[in-house]
Amino acid sequence: MHFDAFDRYHEKASFLHRLDPRVKALVTVIYIVSNALLPDGAWLAFVGAWIFLIAANLLSQLGTGYTFKRSIIALPFALIAITVLFSMPGKPLSSFFFLAWNFTITDMGLLRFVSILIRSWLSVQMAILLVAVTRFPDLIHALEHLRVPAILTTIIAFLYRYLFVLTDEVFRLLRARESRSAAEAGNRSGGGVLWRAKVAGNMAGQLFLRSYERSDRIYNAMLSRGYSGHLYTLNPHEMKPGDYYVTAFAIAVIFIVQLIGRL
Amino acid sequence: MHFSPTPLHIPDGFLSIAISAVCWAITIVTLGFAISKTNKALGEKQIPLMGVMAAFVFAAQMINFPVAGGTSGHLLGGALASIVLGPWAGMLVMTAVIAVQALLFQDGGLLVMGANILNMGLVTAAIGYGLYRGVVSQSKTVKLGVAGVAAWLSVMAGALLTALQLWLSGTSQLTIVIPAMLGVHALIGLGEAFITVAALSFILQTRPDLLGEDSESAKGGRGWVVAGGVIALAVVLLSPLASTDPDGLNHVAMDLGFFQTAQSGVGPLAGYAVPFLNSAIASKIAAGILGVIVAGIVALLVGRGLKSQIANRKPPVSNLQSSIANRKSKIVNQKS
Repeated sequence: MHFDAFDRYHEKASFLHRLDPRVKALVTVIYIVSNALLPDGAWLAFVGAWIFLIAANLLSQLGTGYTFKRSIIALPFALIAITVLFSMPGKPLSSFFFLAWNFTITDMGLLRFVSILIRSWLSVQMAILLVAVTRFPDLIHALEHLRVPAILTTIIAFLYRYLFVLTDEVFRLLRARESRSAAEAGNRSGGGVLWRAKVAGNMAGQLFLRSYERSDRIYNAMLSRGYSGHLYTLNPHEMKPGDYYVTAFAIAVIFIVQLIGRL
Repeated sequence: MHFSPTPLHIPDGFLSIAISAVCWAITIVTLGFAISKTNKALGEKQIPLMGVMAAFVFAAQMINFPVAGGTSGHLLGGALASIVLGPWAGMLVMTAVIAVQALLFQDGGLLVMGANILNMGLVTAAIGYGLYRGVVSQSKTVKLGVAGVAAWLSVMAGALLTALQLWLSGTSQLTIVIPAMLGVHALIGLGEAFITVAALSFILQTRPDLLGEDSESAKGGRGWVVAGGVIALAVVLLSPLASTDPDGLNHVAMDLGFFQTAQSGVGPLAGYAVPFLNSAIASKIAAGILGVIVAGIVALLVGRGLKSQIANRKPPVSNLQSSIANRKSKIVNQKS
């Protein structure tokens, strides 16, 4: 497995790709906070936020529908919010019987449900775009500039660096289990659910020991290269004038979207 | 990707600003403690150890086993990580895992990440370690049994907290979300318990030193036993109460005035109706002040852009020596 097998970065030379990672991370977070602040049923503001998203998509040269295609991941969670359809007080729109209960959809409930879905859908797309136009190590470095404690960002950077190594390890373990799970045609191999859980647990324990010993080796290797608790980088991440202008412009636009939603 | 999203990873948009902020506050304070504690205990070694351990939790979630009807169980890892690494390190490791799941895979939101870390990283570690720490000097069977119960309870605690946050945000109805979340996670928790117990017994067999007297799993203070016990007890007492008598919980929240802040779903500046400023004029003034602040930030950013534009116009350094000096000072500046 290649070291960046998990990265969602899409190589392009667009305007967004060249922006400082700090700007991208900051604007994404402000955009998501702004979405959460918009009141229910602020349709015009939702459209404004959506146009902001489309514009960002266009600037990234990934195509207008790029983030839309990948945004389906948040959909299953919508099930959790579906109860709000019936629980908000308001004018009943329609009602139906299911099993023994009578469900009544109210207008306020529908308004809130749709608003929650739109907020979530817009926010997840911006987060998808962020990792599509920013290399993950750059993003982590940007978080450090934005005052996330260095310990956390370094742990995350290590996680990212060794994730593909341990994933390879997991695939080896899974392949080994597969190759020892022969069965006669029509019969299932192995024991019951408990037995299978135990095997999975043993594999997790095995993976833990391998990772633990690997971390020891890594630490010794780092010590031998002069590691003293600090990590250095040659990637300076300097803010250019344009980066400040873009941040200012994005904040102004998001604020206008907020105003539209409130007035 | 390889892991199946569980209903514990809340996406953005499902929690109100107020609830997200409260969860972030709790998470940040706890993580601050965790960072200073692990710094003292592990020093410079903590970064490679915890980084690889975080990758381990992430990778271990890919080890699945078929349960029934095409579904499969897998590990969440909070209890296991805190038992083998100690509670503070376990919390940091789980935080890194949840942060990467949200940042890289959009499994869980960014604004609600504080809540996700609280539910899946902090509470699970406290319960998992606290209960295990209470029996750390007992026989192997007792230890493993308690670890299993702790793993199951940690999943239930995460589910209960998630349900409560969704309800306080006005996203779900309490009468449905609590039984649904607890019911599903009672099963998921069983898988978690079995895998945790099997993994621990495997480690006890092959590397008993990692779980012995001098290991991190025996070093945590007695306070963890109390903390873990109290949270576990709260889950055990609150779960049946919440699923059988959610109206009672509703009343408590009403009396405490939770709903006015939470269900508006738009936080402290809801419709400019700042609590003490109800009249239209005062609201307009507040909005105006907010506008001035935002305009100020925008102006500041533009100003900094202009400033660095001027700074960039400095004559290029031609002398080799000064260029080397420049590079050196840059490297020193980048030291983070």
